[in-house]
Amino acid sequence: MLTFFLKRAALIVPTFLGVTLLTFALIRLVPGDPIMLMVGERGIDPARHARLRAELGLDRPLLIQYGIYIGSVLRGDLGRSIVTHEPVLTEFRSLFPATIELSVCAILFALVLGIPTGILAAVRRGSGFDYTTMGLAVTGFSMPIFWWALLLILFFSVFLGWTPVSGRISALFWVPQVSGFLLVDTLLSEEPGAFLSALRHLILPSIALGTIPLAVIARMTRSSMLEVLGEDYVRTARAKGLSPFRVVGIHALRNALIPVITTVGLAVGTLLAGAILTETIFAWPGVGKWLVESVRRRDYPVLQGGVLMVAVVVMSVNLLVDVLYGLINPRIRYQR
Amino acid sequence: MSLKFPAVAKGLAMGAAAVMLLASPVSAQTLVYCSEGSPEGFNPSLYTSGTTFDASSRTLFNKLVEFERGTTKVIPALATSWNVSADGQTYTFKLRSGVKFHTTAAFTPSRDFNADDVLYSFNRQHDAKHPDHGLSGGKYEYYESMDMPNLIKAIEKVDALTVRFVLNAPEAPFLANMAMDFASIMSAEYAEKMRAAGTPDKIDQDPVGTGPFQLENYQKDATIRYKAHPQYWAGKAAIDRLVFAITPDAAVRFAKLKAGECHVMPYPNPADIAAMQADKSLNVMQQEGLNIGYLAFNTEKKPFDNKLVRQALSMAVNKKAIIDAVFLGAGKSATNPIPPTIWSYNDKVKDYPYDPKQAKELLAKAGLKDGFETDVWAMPVQRPYNPNARRMAEMIQADWEKIGVKAKIVTYEWGEYLKRSKEGEHQTVLLGWTGDNGDPDNFLHVLLGCAAVGSANRARWCNKSFDDVVVQAKRTPDVKKRTALYEQAQVIFKEEAPWVTVAHSVVFMPMRKEVQDYKIDPFGGHIFYGVKLAK
Repeated sequence: MLTFFLKRAALIVPTFLGVTLLTFALIRLVPGDPIMLMVGERGIDPARHARLRAELGLDRPLLIQYGIYIGSVLRGDLGRSIVTHEPVLTEFRSLFPATIELSVCAILFALVLGIPTGILAAVRRGSGFDYTTMGLAVTGFSMPIFWWALLLILFFSVFLGWTPVSGRISALFWVPQVSGFLLVDTLLSEEPGAFLSALRHLILPSIALGTIPLAVIARMTRSSMLEVLGEDYVRTARAKGLSPFRVVGIHALRNALIPVITTVGLAVGTLLAGAILTETIFAWPGVGKWLVESVRRRDYPVLQGGVLMVAVVVMSVNLLVDVLYGLINPRIRYQR
Repeated sequence: MSLKFPAVAKGLAMGAAAVMLLASPVSAQTLVYCSEGSPEGFNPSLYTSGTTFDASSRTLFNKLVEFERGTTKVIPALATSWNVSADGQTYTFKLRSGVKFHTTAAFTPSRDFNADDVLYSFNRQHDAKHPDHGLSGGKYEYYESMDMPNLIKAIEKVDALTVRFVLNAPEAPFLANMAMDFASIMSAEYAEKMRAAGTPDKIDQDPVGTGPFQLENYQKDATIRYKAHPQYWAGKAAIDRLVFAITPDAAVRFAKLKAGECHVMPYPNPADIAAMQADKSLNVMQQEGLNIGYLAFNTEKKPFDNKLVRQALSMAVNKKAIIDAVFLGAGKSATNPIPPTIWSYNDKVKDYPYDPKQAKELLAKAGLKDGFETDVWAMPVQRPYNPNARRMAEMIQADWEKIGVKAKIVTYEWGEYLKRSKEGEHQTVLLGWTGDNGDPDNFLHVLLGCAAVGSANRARWCNKSFDDVVVQAKRTPDVKKRTALYEQAQVIFKEEAPWVTVAHSVVFMPMRKEVQDYKIDPFGGHIFYGVKLAK
């Protein structure tokens, strides 16, 4: 098991180097001078221009810049934002809980709705329910998040007035940050109504972000369930006279869920990518919105460090899924 | 037991209503402003963006002089009066007494505002040896770009309530510079205390000012909360609390405004304005912005060194069509290089009419009967003065085609575009400007003076009679004399036509009907002191 783990972990090194190289190169390959971009129409005199380039380390050869960057990343120093002067890692840590909270709610929404829908569609294969739900799943999967999110806001918040339009909590509450997870912090605070306000603010962003994983999970559960339902042991279970609920819900579902778990693991990447759009639209103060702001302000250290941290999170989750898989399924563990 | 659908729906609706009632706190005199982005920090001298100024200099701080709300007129603020020496090089400010700084968790002021605070605020930016000069990155972009380091020779404390600024040369716009955001006054006592505690950068993170509001807390990228400064020198604000709900998406800001989750929003989508105006719960204010979008001819290149050619091409551009198609109506045709909200705007100047026939005649007179080939540079980015440069360039291209001028559209990445156009590679270039201090000099001398050729003067136009007038106006402290000189400069400009003055954008400010006494700031700022909420 240790060899398996080490092998999997070793794969992270080249991936990590690739990500650093990619973020570093992409930012620097964009044509144009970052300082000219910063000063805009106003312009800058050549002496100050040269001084600023030196301060930002942009006057050195690219390879040396990369070497310095990797060196500090390995020491755990992702640099400081050129705008706020805060360490990138500190900013990431303070904003990441908001993204986790949103992503967890989105995936819960997707699981709670997706698995039963998938099972029902498989059991009633070819029925109206099957066609309708799978049709809706394709629609949900193809829906651009920004558009879907705006539709949700227009219908539920503006037209019906049921949910708040955006933000994490009503602007009138002030809840001190303890864990960073607002559902927890509002319970700890003594502000009446704050928890419900935070909960209401989570509804629409979770639906917007959870829709694509919901569609994938529903379809995946259906197809994997159909496969399992055709297996011999299911036929045997039926022949033994077990109730349809036990056959599907206990015997078939266990095996059918294995590919679904993989899908959920892979969905972490999709969720974080989706969070960038969802957070921007719902003004959700998480890592996604932070990255978008950093692009707008040309805050290179934040962009570079932020993307790297997101990549590290995705890689870690994938490693965890791999290891869990190995634990559950010995066949994978011993594969070469 | 089977639940029928209507029963479930009823239950859900009741639940939702209960949740809504429980989660709506009382908000008597709290004004919520859906701002467009996060501030970069809270020390306005370190930054240049309007978003940061709204959250800092326009709420937390005061300057020695300020712009009268809704105008570009300079009025007393922390200075009650000032006088200028006969040579125009010494400005002496008499300071207001009894002005209180904010009291925060980290700082209780032991004294009122005085000359030491003015010296601290300016010397920190001006003097590289000042102990706090290098704090928070130590870049004073605006101070430098307004050329203050070269302009100011000395800052002196005459007595506790008098300060003197000695300049290297007479510079009439200096007074307007003193009303700019970077000139915000900070507390020297607070800075000293933080330095002694070993946390000098706190002064930039937990700001203490004399302004109408004081910072309660800032949750990064989410909300900024202020409360009214109880001892504000001009009287406590009418609203008790001010909240900035940071909402980057314009469509979402509009939805929040409609749902009553905020009272005021900036930067609406032009496409939403009609719907906003039709909404009975909203009020949409509008005013021309302090900007100009222009097309500059490179007057150092042929045939644009010929005035007749420039005039002909100006006449060939159909500005009305551009305003409709590019600005979607949110723009106003520009005649002069300064917007009408700036004092000394000369409304007697007549614009070139749209007249392709006469344009053709002028071209023939210039010896270019068969037209010629040129280029039009179009910016790759959206700017307040030009929401879609590519589209504008295409329309100009089509207009010029009608008089036989074939133009090729050229574009570069924004940084590259600015660099190459500064070096004069273009023949004609689309660009624009947003004013800094409301002084005509900030447009006429900065963009069209001989000293700006090779930098902001993209027309590379150096006309002696124009330059003499604007330089003289810069050296004259008397506003009446300056007004006459700038009016004259605008006449010369129009006759010489180094630019096609395309448009001034129109700023729209949608707000809820209960917001009273809001005034649009010509500088594009959002100011909430003086605003009331109807009960």
